Amino acid sequence: MTTFLQASLNGLVSGGFYALLAIGLAVIYGMLRVANFAHGAVYMLGAFGAVILYDMFGTPFWAALVVVPVVIAAGGVVVERTLIRRLVPLDPVYNFLLTFGLALIIQDLVRLNYGVVGQPYAKPAALEGRINFGPLEYPTYQFVVLIASIALTCGVWLALNKTKVGMVVRAATERPSLTEAFGVNVNVWMIPVFAFGVALAALAGVMAAPMRSVNSAMGADIVIILFAVIIIGGMGSVLGAVLAAYLVGFLQELAQMYVPAAAGATTFILMAVVLAVRPSGLLGRQEAAR
Amino acid sequence: MSVVIRVSSMPTWGRTVLELRHVSAGYGEATVLHEVSLQVGQGDVVTLIGRNGAGKSTLLRSIMGLHPISSGSIKFLGRDITRLRPHRRARMGLGWVQDDRGIYSSLTVEENLRLPRVIGANAWAEERLFGTFPVLGQRRRQMAGSLSGGEQQMLALARVLRMGADVVLCDEPTEGLAPVIVDQIAEILREVASSGATILLVEQNLRFATTVAHKHFLIAEGHIVDHLDNSDVIARENDLLAHLGI
Ligand SMILES: Nc1ncnc2c1ncn2[C@@H]1O[C@H](COP(=O)(O)OP(=O)(O)OP(=O)(O)O)[C@@H](O)[C@H]1O
Ligand SMILES: [Mg+2]
Repeated sequence: MTTFLQASLNGLVSGGFYALLAIGLAVIYGMLRVANFAHGAVYMLGAFGAVILYDMFGTPFWAALVVVPVVIAAGGVVVERTLIRRLVPLDPVYNFLLTFGLALIIQDLVRLNYGVVGQPYAKPAALEGRINFGPLEYPTYQFVVLIASIALTCGVWLALNKTKVGMVVRAATERPSLTEAFGVNVNVWMIPVFAFGVALAALAGVMAAPMRSVNSAMGADIVIILFAVIIIGGMGSVLGAVLAAYLVGFLQELAQMYVPAAAGATTFILMAVVLAVRPSGLLGRQEAAR
Repeated sequence: MSVVIRVSSMPTWGRTVLELRHVSAGYGEATVLHEVSLQVGQGDVVTLIGRNGAGKSTLLRSIMGLHPISSGSIKFLGRDITRLRPHRRARMGLGWVQDDRGIYSSLTVEENLRLPRVIGANAWAEERLFGTFPVLGQRRRQMAGSLSGGEQQMLALARVLRMGADVVLCDEPTEGLAPVIVDQIAEILREVASSGATILLVEQNLRFATTVAHKHFLIAEGHIVDHLDNSDVIARENDLLAHLGI
């Protein structure tokens, strides 16, 4: 029972990371119709951002949590305006070539400077230690991450569904050209949406730094799972992506605990099962006409 | 082709608000609109009649800036808008009702109505919309995708009225709807017209066309081949129906 609880909490922690990353991927895809294969690299940059800031300026974790996403989002906007936006009218093949190419470049630049070994990054002092849940002791930091990602995910969901900004994003995601015809400059709205998606990925990276191995390959490992998450949830559905993220995280950790040999395959088995039953994913709908 | 080509220029009622000159457009190699020229005057209610695939929707999309034109020019309210992006045209007072109604199914009825920018002084307030379309008021918190076809068309019309556009481009608002609803839509369009708005309507239903509009452009294979008034349409109804293949 304790093992099961342990695995469940681990699953929620992993699921939280996947959710933060998948939300960004889903809103960027929704608004720009660009599948950002560099999203994992952004996550990795977030983690390295925290490490670099600490090494160079002694910047504490709490400051990195704000500074890193802002700086990386600003860089993301430059890349979006100069490169990614050019993909919008082009064949999806270019989408893959550009964003995957960017991911490889970012990854290799980091590897040139830091090699392949994990970089150490200390937990913030306030979150050291463990929390006692009766029979189970759980690391405080992991537990806070779990709560924070659930809170962030709920916040994003509320912003998307209950605010005027969220309404415009949903509208432009569903029917970009009609939304233009209602006087909305969709092209300009892409900037904050892209920045927001990138910032969330960078934030997830910073949050991962004290508990995961910070190395140049960490983004490449996660991006494959992320695309599976998006497909399981249903392309274009943010809620679907979040549900799938937690489901994938949960199953992975359970498998890790009970059948470690199969842990890597669970996500893809889940994907195959979901697609066999619901070809458009858990909450995906048939692509609306433009 | 059974339609006689009779190029007469019909008088417009007010000053010209929309003018197309030699507009050509297509998809890839295929040209779908060939040097289309037409003028629409202030307060005119004009239809564009033509068989399936004649290029009617492409023409409306081109006017809205949603489809690129390969040559020609478009003037709106005296200004050349040929290079203007769609949202700029909308903000100048152009409204468009998409041929499939363009309902946002992930938005509620109310959100669908709140999305468009309010641009003109004659924009309808929400209370007025819910007075004219009571069903939308009753379902304001419902997701718009759950409305029936007729209700969705009402929502599409209400949404463009919310903007207060000076010129409304309306693509087949009656397609696939029951006669009662078609009558309601005619009623609403007449009300819109009587408030001074200009309407360019794509229509296949000739009876409907003559009850709301007073001028008609006949389009065939991307050419404007005729200009008709209501008496022409009624006199040549059989001819036209045969041409439309109905
Ligand atoms: N996306 C597209 N790609 C290629 N060809 C297209 C596309 N859309 C329309 N066409 C072609 O352009 C021509 C004009 O189409 P358009 O939709 O403007 O006609 P329409 O008069 O609105 O017809 P309908 O009465 O069926 O709505 C047709 O021959 C059509 O097959
Ligand atoms: Mg059409």
